[in-house]
Amino acid sequence: MRPEGPASSARLALLLGGLALLVLLIALGSLFIGSARVPPRDVLAVLTGHMKGVDQVVVLSLRLPRILAALLAGGALAVAGAGFQALTRNPLAEPSVLGVSSGAAFGVVLAQVMGLGGGLLETLGLAACAFAGAVVAGVAVYLIAARAGALPVHTLLLAGVIVGIFFSSTITVLISIVDFDRLGGIVHWLLGNLSPIPPRSLAVFTALLAVGGWLVIGAARRLNLLTLGEENAAQLGVDAEALKRRIFAGAALLTSAAVAFAGPIGFVGLIVPQALRLVLGPDNRLVIPAALLAGGAFLLLADTVARNVIAPAELSVGVITAFCGAPFFVYLLRARTDTTPP
Amino acid sequence: MTAPLVACRGVTFAYGAREASRAAFTLRDVSFEVRAGEMFGVIGPNASGKTTLVRLLSRVLTPAAGRIEVDGTDLGALSRAAVARQISVVPQTLPSGFPYTVEELVLMGRYPRAPHRFFESEADRAAARRAMEAVGVLDLRGAVLDRLSGGERQRALLARAIGQEPRLLVLDEPSAHLDLRYQAECAGLLRRLNRDRRLTIVLVSHDLGFAAELCDRLMLMAAGAAVRVGPPESVLEEAVLEAAYGCRVIVDKHPISRRPTVHLVYPTA
Repeated sequence: MRPEGPASSARLALLLGGLALLVLLIALGSLFIGSARVPPRDVLAVLTGHMKGVDQVVVLSLRLPRILAALLAGGALAVAGAGFQALTRNPLAEPSVLGVSSGAAFGVVLAQVMGLGGGLLETLGLAACAFAGAVVAGVAVYLIAARAGALPVHTLLLAGVIVGIFFSSTITVLISIVDFDRLGGIVHWLLGNLSPIPPRSLAVFTALLAVGGWLVIGAARRLNLLTLGEENAAQLGVDAEALKRRIFAGAALLTSAAVAFAGPIGFVGLIVPQALRLVLGPDNRLVIPAALLAGGAFLLLADTVARNVIAPAELSVGVITAFCGAPFFVYLLRARTDTTPP
Repeated sequence: MTAPLVACRGVTFAYGAREASRAAFTLRDVSFEVRAGEMFGVIGPNASGKTTLVRLLSRVLTPAAGRIEVDGTDLGALSRAAVARQISVVPQTLPSGFPYTVEELVLMGRYPRAPHRFFESEADRAAARRAMEAVGVLDLRGAVLDRLSGGERQRALLARAIGQEPRLLVLDEPSAHLDLRYQAECAGLLRRLNRDRRLTIVLVSHDLGFAAELCDRLMLMAAGAAVRVGPPESVLEEAVLEAAYGCRVIVDKHPISRRPTVHLVYPTA
C-alpha cells in the first residue's frame, strides 16, 4: 500500500521542486571541486564577476559547461530509459542494454570519420547521424526479439546484446581506419566521457532534450494505460500503435542526443527510473518527469566523482555508472526472475 | 419497443494472413440489436467468435463488411476515445505483475473522458470514488492489484468500467475465474447496475446458467455465425445446443428462478 494516494499536480510540483533544489546543490558543489585548485573564495568571485584570468576559465569555460552537459545527458538518458521500459514493458530495458546507444555511437563515429566538425549545421548533422543509428539499432532489436507482436524479456535482452556487439565491432572497424592521432579522443568518448562542450552544442543538446522529453513525458498518462496491455489500452481510447511510435522516436532522440554530446554512458536509464519507481510507485506521470532531474543529478554526481577520484588524472564517467549499474542490473534480473515463471 | 442502443448489421470479419492460425475466430454476417436497458448474453462454444465480437464492439478490430452502430452512429466514424465514452469493456484478466492500486486503475477509466489532461480532475476523482463505492471496493482503493484475489480484481475492473460512465458495459467471461461465492456477488452486482442505473449490459459467457439467469435475451454463436437470438427459453433448447456444441445436453428449469439450466450428459467410459 502506498499511503499517498493517486498522483496529482501538487505532488508532481513538490517532487520537481525538491529535485531541482538537489540538482542546484550538487551543481554548486561540483563547481567548487576539481583537479585545478581554485579556492572557494575565488569561485565565488568568478561567479559574481569580480575575477578574471585562469580561474575564470576553469570555472566558467571548463566546469560550468561540463556540469550543464552532465545534467542534460543524465536527464536525457534517464527519460529515455523510462520510456523504453514502458514501451517494452520490461524493467531492464535501457538505451545501452537495448543496443540503441551503440547504434547511436556508430552514427556519431561515422559522422566524425566523414569529418563533421563543430559548426551549427555540422552539430545538427552529427545529432542526425546519431539518431539514425539509434533508430536502426532499435528497429533491429525489435525485429530480432518480437514474437507474434510480443517482446519476451529474455529475447529482448539478448537481441539488445547482439545488436550492441555488432555496432561496437563496426565502430572498431571505423576507428581502425582513421588517423591514429584522432583515435585517443574517440576511445575516451566511447567509454562515456563528459567534457566541456561549446555553447552551440549545449544549445542544440537542450533543444533535442526538450523535443524528446516532450514526446515521452507528454505521453506519460497513456503509458500508464499501456501497462494494461495494448488491447485493453485501446478499449480505453489509447491509440497504442501511435503511442509506441511516439515513445520510440522520443527515447531514440534522447539517447542519440546524449550519445552525440556525452558518449554512450550506460546504465543511467536503468538505475534512475527504477530507483524512482521504488520510491514513487509505478505512475509514469511522476516517475518520468522526476527522471529528467534525478538523471541529471545522478550523472553529475558520478562525473564529479570521476574527475576527482584519481585527480589529476580522470576516469570516464561511464566507468562510474557501470560500477553502480551492473550490480543493480543483477539485482533487478534476480528479483524479476524470482517472481515470474520463465 | 425501445430503440436499439447497439446494432450490428451483417458484420463480417476475418483475421489477416499473418494471424492465419486464428482463422477459427472469423465472423460471418452477424446481425443483432441490443436494446437500451437490456441485459444481452452472448454464448457459444470455444472459437465461435465471442471474443472477436468483443473486439469489434470496442473497435479494437474493424469489420471487413457490415457495420456496428451505437445510437445510430457508425463506430468506425468515432475516435477511440469517443468509442470508450460509449462502451466500456471488463476484460477477463489483468497482465501479471500489474503494479497499480485499485484507485489508480479506476482512474485510468477516466482517460477517455478527457484524453488531453495529464492528471485527473476533482470530478474524475469523485466519479472514480462513486464507482468504487458502487462495486464495493472503496476499502481496497489503496491496495495493489497484484496482491488481490481474482474476485477482488474483477470488481476493481468493473469499477473502472463503471467509472468510465459508458452507455454500454461489455463483460468478457465475467464468471470464468470466480468461485461460487464471487459468481453470486458478480450476478447481484450486475443486476443492481442494470436495474438502478438502467445500464445496458452485454455479457459474453461460457457459463450458460449464469447467462440464462441474468440476461433478458441471449445470442448463441457457433462457427462465427449467430445461430439464434431471443429470450433464454427460446435459445437454450436441447436440439439447438446439441448442434452448436456437438454434445448431449438436458435443459431443465432452475428451481427458484424458473430460468432454463443446462445439464451436460457425461458420456460413459
